[in-house]
Amino acid sequence: MSEHVSSLKLYIGIWITLLIGTLVTVLVAGVNLPGPLNAVVALTIATIKATLVVLFFMHVKYAHDKMTKVVIVAALFWLAILLALSMADYTTRLWA
Amino acid sequence: MHNSPIATADQEAHQNPALLHHFATEEQQKDAASLGMWVFLATEIMFFGGMFCAYLVYRYWYFGDFGAGSQSLSVVLGGTNTAVLICSSLTVALAVRAAQLGQQKVIIICLILTMLLGLVFLGIKGVEYHDKFVEHHVPGPGFHFPGHVPGHPDIPINQRHAQIFFSLYFIMTGLHALHMIIGVGLFAFITYNAMRRRYGPDYYTPVEVAGLYWHFVDIIWIYLFPLLYLIDRSK
Repeated sequence: MSEHVSSLKLYIGIWITLLIGTLVTVLVAGVNLPGPLNAVVALTIATIKATLVVLFFMHVKYAHDKMTKVVIVAALFWLAILLALSMADYTTRLWA
Repeated sequence: MHNSPIATADQEAHQNPALLHHFATEEQQKDAASLGMWVFLATEIMFFGGMFCAYLVYRYWYFGDFGAGSQSLSVVLGGTNTAVLICSSLTVALAVRAAQLGQQKVIIICLILTMLLGLVFLGIKGVEYHDKFVEHHVPGPGFHFPGHVPGHPDIPINQRHAQIFFSLYFIMTGLHALHMIIGVGLFAFITYNAMRRRYGPDYYTPVEVAGLYWHFVDIIWIYLFPLLYLIDRSK
């Protein structure tokens, strides 16, 4: 997929960012944030980490093949339908 | 001439021996292989997505019991495993880079490090599973999980709801661990081929494609760690 060779510096930078993200996730989990904010922060950091892995470690940023991106977007879109519609059902069942 | 889908006799004489006859160019062959892995990963997103959905529904219904279950897991062991997997993702990325640059020894070193980190992850996971068995936190007739819901000393833990948490914990981390075992097996095969100097700048598709799989398994854990280990930790 990628003829592009990323620099060692970039890989190390992403690696350190991912480790810092993990540390921040653990530290924030110990702080009592209002409402569902703890979960929101944890999932936001996880999504940033996952995006970094996909773009740089999995080389999607340098992919010239558009089909790869179509497959990824389609998979995430399907996942969003599954989670959003299921939760729309379960969270409203007790509504009078 | 170079863009023609039909290889001429002249091109065939100079082509890479790894190029199969039904592909026009090496680039097309590489794209097809990596697209195939991405399609497989899309099915894996659906596979794990179903479990994440089940997790979300029950977490929404039984949040307090899920919080209690989550707090019985070790953040130190889970966090260490997250770091171990992130390091293994780096070594895989570096193995692919070494293959692109034709650094034969570096490919092998990086792949062996990846397998070692994978085994460290599985070892730590084994310690965690062992602890759960010793503590009787495994769903079934012997399940025993006394205590109160975090932040509510007056509400005892519902044993059935807690068993749902631990069922999801064992199923999700267990299937993740199975993916890790398969990944270590893949890398053992690729390391063997790398030792036979099969990979270099002209052909490194198996390293890259197995790398995609490994990174995906890493991403699943990046979500599993906060979702399973860090529910309601502040209370």
